Amino acid sequence: MMFTIAMLKSIAIYMSPDVVHGRTSIFSPQGTPAHLIYGLSTLVLSFTLGIFLVVGGLLLYSLIRFRDRPSEADVAREPAQIYGSTQIELSWTVVPVLIVLMLFLATARVIYSTERATKPSSALDVVVIGHQFWWEYRYPKLGIVTANELHIPVSDPKHSMPTYLTMSSADTNHNFWIPQLAGKMDVIPNKVNTMWIDPATPGLYLGQCAQYCGTQHAKMLLRVYADTPAEFAIWVSHQQQPAAQNSAATEGRSVFEHNACISCHTITGTVATGRFGPDLTHLASRETIASGAVPNTEINIRKFVDDPAHFKPGALMPPMHLNNHDLDAVTAYLMTLK
Amino acid sequence: MSEIAIIPHSMDSEWKLPSRGVVGMTCLILAESAIFLIFVVAYVFYIGKSLSGPTPREVLTLPIFATICLLSSSVTVHFAVSAAQAAKQGLCSLWLAATLVLGGIFLGGTALEWHHLIYIDGLSIKTNLFGTTFYSLVGLHATHVIVGLFMLTIALAFSLRRPAAEKDAERLHVLSLYWHFVDAVWVVVFLVVYVLGR
Amino acid sequence: MATNTQVTVVLDETTTVAPRLTALQILHDWVTTVDHKKIGLMYIGYALLFLVIGGVEAILMRIQLMIPNNTFVSPQVFNRLFTMHGTTMVFFVGMPILFGFGNYLVPLMIGARDMAFPRLNAFSFWVAAFGGFLLYFSYVGGSGLYGAGTAPDVGWWAYAPLTAQAFSPGHSTDYWTLAILLGGIGSIGTAANIVATAICMRCPGMKLSRMPLLVWLYLVMSLMVFVTISPLTAAQVMLMLDRYVGSHFFDTQAGGSAVLWMHFFWIFGHPEVYILVLPAFAFANEIIPVFSRKAIFGYPAMVAASVGIGFVSLSVWAHHMFTVGMGPGANTFFVLSTMAISVPTGIKIFNWLATIWGGKVHFTASMMFAVGFLFQFLVAGLTGIMLGSAPFDWQLSGSYFVVAHFHYVLVGAILFMIFSAFYYWYPKMTGRMLSERLGKWHFWLFLIGFHLTFDFMHIPGILGMPRRIYTYEADRGWMIWNMITSSGAVFQTIGTLIFVYNLIWSYFKGPIAGPDPWDAWTLEWSTQSPPPVYNFAVIPSVESRRPLWDLKHPEDPDSTYE
Repeated sequence: MMFTIAMLKSIAIYMSPDVVHGRTSIFSPQGTPAHLIYGLSTLVLSFTLGIFLVVGGLLLYSLIRFRDRPSEADVAREPAQIYGSTQIELSWTVVPVLIVLMLFLATARVIYSTERATKPSSALDVVVIGHQFWWEYRYPKLGIVTANELHIPVSDPKHSMPTYLTMSSADTNHNFWIPQLAGKMDVIPNKVNTMWIDPATPGLYLGQCAQYCGTQHAKMLLRVYADTPAEFAIWVSHQQQPAAQNSAATEGRSVFEHNACISCHTITGTVATGRFGPDLTHLASRETIASGAVPNTEINIRKFVDDPAHFKPGALMPPMHLNNHDLDAVTAYLMTLK
Repeated sequence: MSEIAIIPHSMDSEWKLPSRGVVGMTCLILAESAIFLIFVVAYVFYIGKSLSGPTPREVLTLPIFATICLLSSSVTVHFAVSAAQAAKQGLCSLWLAATLVLGGIFLGGTALEWHHLIYIDGLSIKTNLFGTTFYSLVGLHATHVIVGLFMLTIALAFSLRRPAAEKDAERLHVLSLYWHFVDAVWVVVFLVVYVLGR
Repeated sequence: MATNTQVTVVLDETTTVAPRLTALQILHDWVTTVDHKKIGLMYIGYALLFLVIGGVEAILMRIQLMIPNNTFVSPQVFNRLFTMHGTTMVFFVGMPILFGFGNYLVPLMIGARDMAFPRLNAFSFWVAAFGGFLLYFSYVGGSGLYGAGTAPDVGWWAYAPLTAQAFSPGHSTDYWTLAILLGGIGSIGTAANIVATAICMRCPGMKLSRMPLLVWLYLVMSLMVFVTISPLTAAQVMLMLDRYVGSHFFDTQAGGSAVLWMHFFWIFGHPEVYILVLPAFAFANEIIPVFSRKAIFGYPAMVAASVGIGFVSLSVWAHHMFTVGMGPGANTFFVLSTMAISVPTGIKIFNWLATIWGGKVHFTASMMFAVGFLFQFLVAGLTGIMLGSAPFDWQLSGSYFVVAHFHYVLVGAILFMIFSAFYYWYPKMTGRMLSERLGKWHFWLFLIGFHLTFDFMHIPGILGMPRRIYTYEADRGWMIWNMITSSGAVFQTIGTLIFVYNLIWSYFKGPIAGPDPWDAWTLEWSTQSPPPVYNFAVIPSVESRRPLWDLKHPEDPDSTYE
């Protein structure tokens, strides 16, 4: 019964417009790298479909045409034994070689246009650092450090302004994958990888870590906000400010500063300068917490601080063991960090 | 009762196939070569990449004498096999003993070198990437030398204590293939570690 | 050379009535045996046991993934499940079952009495078997310090630095490493045995050009084992040194490289899957001709293609690393080598097609599974081409599309061909026929289940679902496809249970097979079913690739055409 309900619920979700358009579908490209890949994939798919129809068809035909029919007169006679034919072998070697060559050349072209694309001077640079199990984003030229929700400007095809992601990991291997924008790229410790994305349409693009990195790999979600130039400018200037000082939350701030929170987290303008966990300076400006796992609400923040394993068993943040009073206070404080 | 078709002999020419021992040992050598290759690749990959600690140039000296001993032991074991094939058991024992001595000198040389590296130069497997790749590669080779010496000791024991059986020359030949392999690996290790890498 | 051999049929009067043995004597016999047939059967039985265990692990995962944010198992348990499922299926099902068939068949098909090194054969089996038990002992004993671990949860590729002490404390990773190390030693031993047997123990007249294709493929596969398993062995030694002796092979903090592990692993990992598929080709080469009543089309081309696949497969490994950032030059090279391997592979499919063409196809259960193999291997190869196109792979890699692709090969091609081999050679191994009726039920149920699961599994991959996740978001549109995928498991389970029942029931009640129930042409069918311990009363000599065809058709022997 419960199961049927769950199934009906999900069919309802499935039929909703968002999903039918496939927000994480590789066949719904919204950026240049994804478009290039999509074009190549249609070529490859046409070839493979053709091969399947021809070879599969011949196979099916041969099984039907040459099946043993016991009613035939010469039941005991074996069919003519054919041992081979050099011409036939050559022909079905040459044709596949030609197909392989064509596919290879088409593929090589897309590899180079993606990986060796010239970087325009207008490109935005973002440093991406993968952690177990969250994403750190730094904008070196803008002096911004944030986590889990990446804001970038849209890229008008006429005035290209791609975002170049320079990526590495602080611990295990991760992978940055936003299917609608580009192919995925590994995020590896002691190695720097670069990729670029250029969404043309403003909106939220979804993805998630695509390389098994530990217990909570499944909840290391990605949210990329493509902002209009105006929106992006506002976001940038806001993020560049130090943490909001709200007199109503001084008690919560005190709880924060006197507990272990400061050893992992940074809140600019305070004594908290930890680097192990996400930067919380503008936590309340984000739509989600726990790397996209749950919406950013007061209840969720409270639950998460109390015991991160509630939402993400295996997350590296330990339960803080605060009493209810302190917990309320620190939650209120965090909610003021817009 | 069963009717089973039996295909009778009708061979005119002789049916001669390679020896099992040689083929089997070749397979083992192929597999071991692949293992060594991976350790060599790791060594070469990490040349110059250590973040700190002693470098090859600082602490390695060419182990000329030990190398000459080890490579000569290939010659002596070859003579041992020839002697066995000529049914000269005493001579075979002599050459086997020489092989053991030469192999032992090589191992002793390695031991002295490592003692110096660890206690005087401060290079251990933990120290840096050079230490890691050096000790693992040279150590893997030394392990194979030890196994070879162990097998050669057994061969010598048999050679001394009991009359030669018909298959012994063949078996010694197969063992010698292993020993030649060990020496060939040393040539590669020597070139990669002491020549290329310094 | 042309034969005027007078071929006679001689009634073999040897009786094989053995004295009744106690259970303990039987157990002792099996534990101490060096007979290739018994060792082969032990490999097969062992693999079937682990197939069931690995299947249960899969079912648990599919239940967890049926609906988003499910809580059927915890993330920790799920991560162990996919690690154990993959490790079990590759190392303790795939390798043993294929070595089991090889062990059983190779000496028989070349007219030998046993393998080249019978005691090595037994040692290899027991060492590999111990490895499997060690892996599963980790569920009990993996805790180590701090109660961390139990079964390994690092994925069957065990990427560094996730496997470093810092990220995987306790002993779970070490169980993974040691179990596979032992399995690898067993594999190398058996491979050496197969090579030495095929080269040194063929019966008179069986030149290499007359050797059955099954033996050729096992020869190529075994040669590959030496250069494939060894890199993994080396890498695992390095991993153990890192974890316990403080070395820095994969220690990124000390300048070590995580990518180096990937290279070493995939230098093993890719040829490994060809090692797994080559025996499936071997079975197809024997079974398809017999049930098409025609000789295999293009024997020399098949040999060349098989050897070619063996060589080229050693050069494609980094197509598993297209997303690692190797640079366009390396990416392009591996695209070329990966696509190139499709040429000899395609040649094999075309030759099987040409074998069927003009024949008289008998749709026994064995042949039905072989037909399933042909279609499914074709599809798997084509999705492989898609994955080989690097930019396309930048989207498909690490997603359920890849999982669907490789299960298409492992289940749709290899397992189907293993089932086919069971139906074909069970009569030889036991002296009884498997029930054809149950076989057809097995086939259809398993076919439906296979396609429900693995056809639809491609779709979540296209829709962006990564692999190795214990749950997923509800708004991605993945649920319906996951449900369909999970539902196929039911049919596959029932089909497999029918198969197991058939195996057991037929052993006692199946019709007596006789030496040659399929009217086949290779040497194993010239002796009793099951063969006596000495295999052949008289070592045969042969003058063509199909000695029994020559016997049965003295007016038109193969030797005239070869």
